[in-house]
Amino acid sequence: MIELRDAAKSYGAVRALHDGNLSLRAGEVRALMGENGAGKSTLVKVLGGVVRRDAGEMLVDGTSVDFHSPHDARDAGIAVIYQEPTLFPDLSVAENVVMGYHPLGALKRIDRGAMHRQVQGLLDRLGVRLDPERPVRGLSIADQQIVEIAKALSFDARVLIMDEPTAALSGPEVERLFGVVRTLREHGSAVLFISHRLEEVFAVCDTVTVMRDGAVVHDAAIADITPDELVRRMVGRELTALFPKQDAKVGEPVLSVHRLTREGVFFDISFDVRAGEIVALAGLVGAGRSEVARAIFGIDRADAGHVEVAGNRLAPGRPLAAMRAGIGFVPEDRRQQGLVMDLSIARNTALTRMRSLSRGGLIRSSAENGLAREWAARLQLKFHRLEDSVGTLSGGNQQKVVLGKWLATDPKVLIVDEPTRGIDVGTKAEVHRLMSELAGQGVAVLMISSELPEVLGMADRVLVMHEGRLTGELSRAEADEESVIRLATGQVEAA
Amino acid sequence: MSAPAAAAEGARARRLTEWVIRVRELGIVVALALLIAVTAAIEPRFIETDSLRNLALNASIFAILAVGQTLVIVTRNVDLSVGSVLGLSAYFAGDLLSGNQGLPLPVVFALGIALGAACGLLNGILVTWGQVPALVVTLGTLYMFRGLAFLWTNGRQVNAETLPDSFLNLGSDSILGVPILVIFAVVVLLVTGQWLRDYRAGRELYAIGSNPEGARLAGVRSERRVLTAFVLAGALAGLGGVLFTARFGTVDATAGFGYELTVIAAAVVGGVAIFGGTGSVYGAALGALLLGTITSSLIVLRVEAFWQLAAVGALLLLAIAFDRLVGLRVDAALRRRSARRAG
Repeated sequence: MIELRDAAKSYGAVRALHDGNLSLRAGEVRALMGENGAGKSTLVKVLGGVVRRDAGEMLVDGTSVDFHSPHDARDAGIAVIYQEPTLFPDLSVAENVVMGYHPLGALKRIDRGAMHRQVQGLLDRLGVRLDPERPVRGLSIADQQIVEIAKALSFDARVLIMDEPTAALSGPEVERLFGVVRTLREHGSAVLFISHRLEEVFAVCDTVTVMRDGAVVHDAAIADITPDELVRRMVGRELTALFPKQDAKVGEPVLSVHRLTREGVFFDISFDVRAGEIVALAGLVGAGRSEVARAIFGIDRADAGHVEVAGNRLAPGRPLAAMRAGIGFVPEDRRQQGLVMDLSIARNTALTRMRSLSRGGLIRSSAENGLAREWAARLQLKFHRLEDSVGTLSGGNQQKVVLGKWLATDPKVLIVDEPTRGIDVGTKAEVHRLMSELAGQGVAVLMISSELPEVLGMADRVLVMHEGRLTGELSRAEADEESVIRLATGQVEAA
Repeated sequence: MSAPAAAAEGARARRLTEWVIRVRELGIVVALALLIAVTAAIEPRFIETDSLRNLALNASIFAILAVGQTLVIVTRNVDLSVGSVLGLSAYFAGDLLSGNQGLPLPVVFALGIALGAACGLLNGILVTWGQVPALVVTLGTLYMFRGLAFLWTNGRQVNAETLPDSFLNLGSDSILGVPILVIFAVVVLLVTGQWLRDYRAGRELYAIGSNPEGARLAGVRSERRVLTAFVLAGALAGLGGVLFTARFGTVDATAGFGYELTVIAAAVVGGVAIFGGTGSVYGAALGALLLGTITSSLIVLRVEAFWQLAAVGALLLLAIAFDRLVGLRVDAALRRRSARRAG
């Protein structure tokens, strides 16, 4: 149905894609896997008409085509869910879904009734309760992702390409999406599915294409490949244990949260994190975990309760005070909250250290570069030059820069929100190793994660939230998938 | 939460945002009424028919320009050249009619609008294909078009005596008690308002302003749309120029000097977000009316010119502060709702 032959794309000196061979047949669900920076997103952008390939050939139904814009791709029946947020915050959910393809009535006017019905139908199909008329502004990341999916399903796409559609979704929502994918397959559409979650790939895909270092390196039926082999092909080397949390000496409580409440978001949250301990905050998307983290760091002001670091009460609503007290915060959305995408790698790394790097109010770029080089080496950052903007790095390497930025401040407490979302297996292990090392050095780590294996593998203790409240605390020994999920879904018997 | 409850939540969120837009425009109407009432209380002559007529005539041309400006601002661009385009078109129309008394008026209007559209096309091409920020492009063309007007007029001016009466009457006559200029403005307003609200191209302008990259990925032909917005803004400035000549009769190269800032101020006061994505032409037109009324009322009240400017500035800051405040509250409310829904 659609085929890419020897496609290549370079950005300056960086070869983002070469030997791009991929074919999708009607009724096929194909996984595209690879580490971050392997060229998956570039390949998707070539298929979607966002970037033009430098070489190679693209065939749709056997005829050679050239897409000049995303519009051309869409006309050819290709729908793409991109990793980047592509929504319009000021417009309604319905308009976001149908933008550019509104149903029209008399005199080519937009038929709002039909638009509403169409979008409501799509949302029902995805099984989510979202009002089509509300603005997208203020939606949670999971709901935004749902809107992106609805947008891609809004026309009868023959080819659906999904670049990590499940990263922000909870279990039932993922299941529902897979239901839709299976229906599309039965109707003869082709689906290209990108995910870092192996279990999803094995659950829904028929075939798999593996990319490494900008090239397609393997192509197989999913039945003929084991998860271990798949990971080996992606990484190109054997992996050791995925979650190497070392035992660390647990000391005094460093971070204490007392009865923290933010009206309508979370209620009466109290817990301690001790030196050398990794505490996971688990729960479904939207349970209020990120919001608690933001309130601890002072980005949002809590309505009641307070936070202590090493016995000293923090001034509420002041991130600078939290930083001075020794808290580091790696936010959930690294593109928008964690990094200044247009600034260089060096600048981003040094952002938290401006004060100590400056002499007489001026920042010495030699010191900045020195710091960045040191951390780039310690984090095994893959980059071209330190002067390149952070936006040119792959997702995993961007996350390393965020981590480096905070580690450079030598924190007492590190709060990490979804530290490995959208990060490939190899980098994931490195991030886990780093967190474990930090705990070993006596840092108190609070980790928010939606990935159960990560929670169970890394945490000394697991706190579980449900609808804005702490529903339970589990020790490492008590915590297993069942107990965490039971608490996260609010099925509490005797906690 | 049950499905009906979720629907009710959604309905509340929807009502909230609609309410904000209503209140925003209603607020201007209330401010306008207050202003007129207070001025009239001090100086009753302010609400005599002639005075109000003058007010409406003055505001009409600004309203037409503000509508055009809104089209551009909504796409996260700006057109600083509208005052100069108006000047160029005003002199062009006057010069044309002085030389050819018998020329049918629709032809004059068509040519004036076409001249404005051509200026807008140049702006649009430089912004889209040239990929130069609109602020820089239109700052350049602001000087360029004004310079052209000076070159062309060469110090001359068009006088009312040389213009046909049928043309001048357009600027002063009424149909059924409504000044013709006002009718022009209202028609432009309604047509553009409908286009922005109910047509794909209009909605796409909002999408482009709300998230330019997202619009491109969604298959919106952004460049074409932005180009259209600039051409329309130019065309409306061209129309404004012809009407300017009809109203004032006497035109030289400085016609419309400094209008661009008043027009942008009108749009902002009317609730058009300067970073694109939100705002309506109705709000912008109301903003133009409010700014015009303030100026007239301060003149009537014999307030010094400096204070007139200060009042406009204060109003602008007030409008921005109001938008920011309400925006924050609405954001918080929407967030609370979605948190409850998802949790």
